[in-house]
Amino acid sequence: MAKNFGKWLISGPPVLYLIVFFVIPTCIMVLASFRYAGEYGGLAPVLLRDASGAHLNLTLESYQEFFSDFIYSWLFIKTLIYALVTTFFCLLMAYPLALLIARSASKYRDLLVLLVILPFWSNFLIRIYAWMILLGPQSAFSAALNGFLGIFGVGPVRLLFTPFAVVLCLIYVQLPFMVLPLYANLEKHDPALLDAAQDLGANGWQRFWRVTFPLSLPGIYAGIALVFVPVLGIFAVPDILGGTRGIMIGNLIKQEFLEARDWPFGSALSIMLTIGAMIIVGGAALFAGRRRKGDV
Amino acid sequence: MALLEIRNIVRRFGDFTAVDGVSMDIEAGEFFTLLGPSGCGKTTLLRMIAGFDSPQSGEMLLDGRDLASIAPEKRPIHTVFQSYALFPHMTVAENIAFPLRMRKMGKAEIGEKVRQSLEDVRLADRGGRYPGELSGGQRQRVALARALVNRPRLLLLDEPLAALDMKLREQMQLELINLQKEVGITFIYVTHDQTEALALSHRIAVMNGGKVEQLDEPSKIYDSPKNRFVADFIGTCNLIDAEVSVVGEEKMVLQIGGLGEVAAKNPGTTCGAKGILALRPEKVRIAAQLVPGSDENHFKGRVHDFLYMGDVTVYIVEVGEGVHIEALLPNSAAGRPRILAVGDPVEISWRYDAGTFLDG
Amino acid sequence: MSRKLLAASGIAVYAFLYLPLVVVIAYSFNNSKLNAEWVGFTWHWYRVLLSDDIMLKAAGNSLLIALTASLASTVLGTMAGYALYRYKLKLLPVLVMAPLAIPEILVGVSLLIFFVAINLTLGLLSIMLSHIAFCVGFVAIVVRSRLSGMDESLPEAARDLGATPFQAFRLVTLPLIAPGIIAGALLAFTLSIDDFVITFFTAGVGASTLPLQIYSMIKIAVTPEVNAISTLLMLLTLFLIVVASRLSPDSIRGR
Repeated sequence: MAKNFGKWLISGPPVLYLIVFFVIPTCIMVLASFRYAGEYGGLAPVLLRDASGAHLNLTLESYQEFFSDFIYSWLFIKTLIYALVTTFFCLLMAYPLALLIARSASKYRDLLVLLVILPFWSNFLIRIYAWMILLGPQSAFSAALNGFLGIFGVGPVRLLFTPFAVVLCLIYVQLPFMVLPLYANLEKHDPALLDAAQDLGANGWQRFWRVTFPLSLPGIYAGIALVFVPVLGIFAVPDILGGTRGIMIGNLIKQEFLEARDWPFGSALSIMLTIGAMIIVGGAALFAGRRRKGDV
Repeated sequence: MALLEIRNIVRRFGDFTAVDGVSMDIEAGEFFTLLGPSGCGKTTLLRMIAGFDSPQSGEMLLDGRDLASIAPEKRPIHTVFQSYALFPHMTVAENIAFPLRMRKMGKAEIGEKVRQSLEDVRLADRGGRYPGELSGGQRQRVALARALVNRPRLLLLDEPLAALDMKLREQMQLELINLQKEVGITFIYVTHDQTEALALSHRIAVMNGGKVEQLDEPSKIYDSPKNRFVADFIGTCNLIDAEVSVVGEEKMVLQIGGLGEVAAKNPGTTCGAKGILALRPEKVRIAAQLVPGSDENHFKGRVHDFLYMGDVTVYIVEVGEGVHIEALLPNSAAGRPRILAVGDPVEISWRYDAGTFLDG
Repeated sequence: MSRKLLAASGIAVYAFLYLPLVVVIAYSFNNSKLNAEWVGFTWHWYRVLLSDDIMLKAAGNSLLIALTASLASTVLGTMAGYALYRYKLKLLPVLVMAPLAIPEILVGVSLLIFFVAINLTLGLLSIMLSHIAFCVGFVAIVVRSRLSGMDESLPEAARDLGATPFQAFRLVTLPLIAPGIIAGALLAFTLSIDDFVITFFTAGVGASTLPLQIYSMIKIAVTPEVNAISTLLMLLTLFLIVVASRLSPDSIRGR
């Protein structure tokens, strides 16, 4: 009795706060996706009163709209492609770095890890802004690239406000999320395993592909999950670097809420995004689970 | 009246019954040990005595007072934790002062008691240090000093020597015995180490699967194990399937498959009873040729295998068909560290009362 | 993999991570309106920044929000972290983790709809309430990780030696997890002062914060003043994170 009292006293306030400011808003958003848009933006009333009394004023219109025009599905697919490309390059860049850190002398490891994390702690917008400078038409990087391409007679290319700029920056902001789980995994590998492999006749590449890589799969899965899912909802990167060609699903959601003011449709998009992300995460978890069982 | 009476304590965790109807009386001034393998319920029982856990049924009386309604901080019972649980943010002196402060004792009195207590455990110059700066043995002594400083009625010790290396452990065992004699406080000691239990305790409760298998003095437990588990858990023991064929007044005859007839002490069984003969290896005499003596049981066999242990050699002797009996030979006899090799013919013998017949 | 190849690719990735930030900082001292050629060193953009009333107002808002949000979320988050450690709960772990796991934009828009539904004028208050909601989880995780690093028998030992549950918490548990709580508070402060996405949806027209101000400058007219404020913000974050990671190394790394 007294034990339960303490439990409620201590967990009650945070639970209450998160119900009010997270659960209820989420429920309201789900409901909003089935409502009509208000005349001046926002939402129309849930209940309509007329001669026959009050009746519910709900609709599937927003979802019908989503499926009626392929442009929305295409935007989802495009977002998925961006996320896949981002994840792939993150893995490609993070793996050697994580391996390097894991195999460094232990006194340097903490510092090297900190160096990976620090840029992540600088403001998100600043990191996007940095790429705006780097990819801008007057930047040294652009000038050098176009000078190089000019040799082959290929006309000056624009880097900023392109899908390339978006994906490059996505890789940049997500990279630490791939390095950390990989490092956490690689660091735990017993060095004796590599010695044993060498002792049994494996050369450098064989040791990597037969020992290190298979053992690091859980770290790779974790990294993929950490990188892939957040990319789906990002809107600031394409908003600043993408121009009109580089937009993602997040931009459309933002637009529906703040510019078009079609909240029901924006809510429906948000829910489709959540469901999509959940299907991907669930599928990946199933896949990883089966792999793990298969390994045993 | 016993100091602590434990009556039919039951503690379940979901489907698992950790303590299954345990009853025992612990007398004032006793060094009492709960011995058993991990998961036998000894630590759960200790935690219930301390008050960190409560039984589903049964009762515990301390000086006749029911403990159930008394919060852990109100019980005159202190614990020495396996991890020592010294507060890392307090100095050694502050750690020892903690229970005194909790009793709202005056500053001067606390200072005096802490000083005395530090002297008792030979850490007078370490009062200002933090636990992290002490060695394992010193931490152990601080934990003891802290738990004893306000003279509890009962001290619970949860594997307090497990973290120490072997040399230090032996030294601490002696210190614990002396300390317990000096302070006269009742100790309840939990361990899975049977040697430690035999060396330290006045009485031992051997636990397994949440139940007490045997509660007795160390020598009784060693010499007359009550059942197969105790015989097997304490020390090493030959366990040989046997059937009672003839029952006499004091002795009886056991029939052992592949070996034949063996004389044994009659514990009060009936003819035809099946069970096992538990025989300690050190009670079996072994030599290439034994001088015929007073031993009732005498067999010829071959050395099947042996383990040289330094102080002794353990011989596994095959007698009869497929019956292996372990025998101990001290390596003290000068000039012959081992004279028997695998395959050598040997003779073994033991007195009728060397082994114990266990029913069932 | 050969060691040299590994080292070379590692250095390349570090360069990739730091080059953009170095460029931002460098141009904040460039005596030119454009982020292009290096013209010469100047403090000019910092002076512009300090006389920019809108920016200063935004900075004031950011500080006020971060202080309030970190204070409130530290209290709630510490309670949540302790509850997660101490009790077997079903609802709380989900509630604490969910806001961290789903895309920020969804948290932002659902809060926007919510505040409008309850007729709360968007502004400082709605931003604070939103920031508390997503900071609680981070503080809870830091505090719980600190607690699970603590020997469980320590509070028990305190009870055993005569302390009441409250005394055991105040004299033993609290001092031992204090570094975790402070680290959690610093973390919450940093997250709040840096937050863009959720603030973007819950700010309305009433209040601006530093990230919102930076956003509108990037969208409308880029001047090196943005570099100057970015540099200062980076310095502040760097300081806070280094302090926090000193106090509770695992929690910062664990993110």
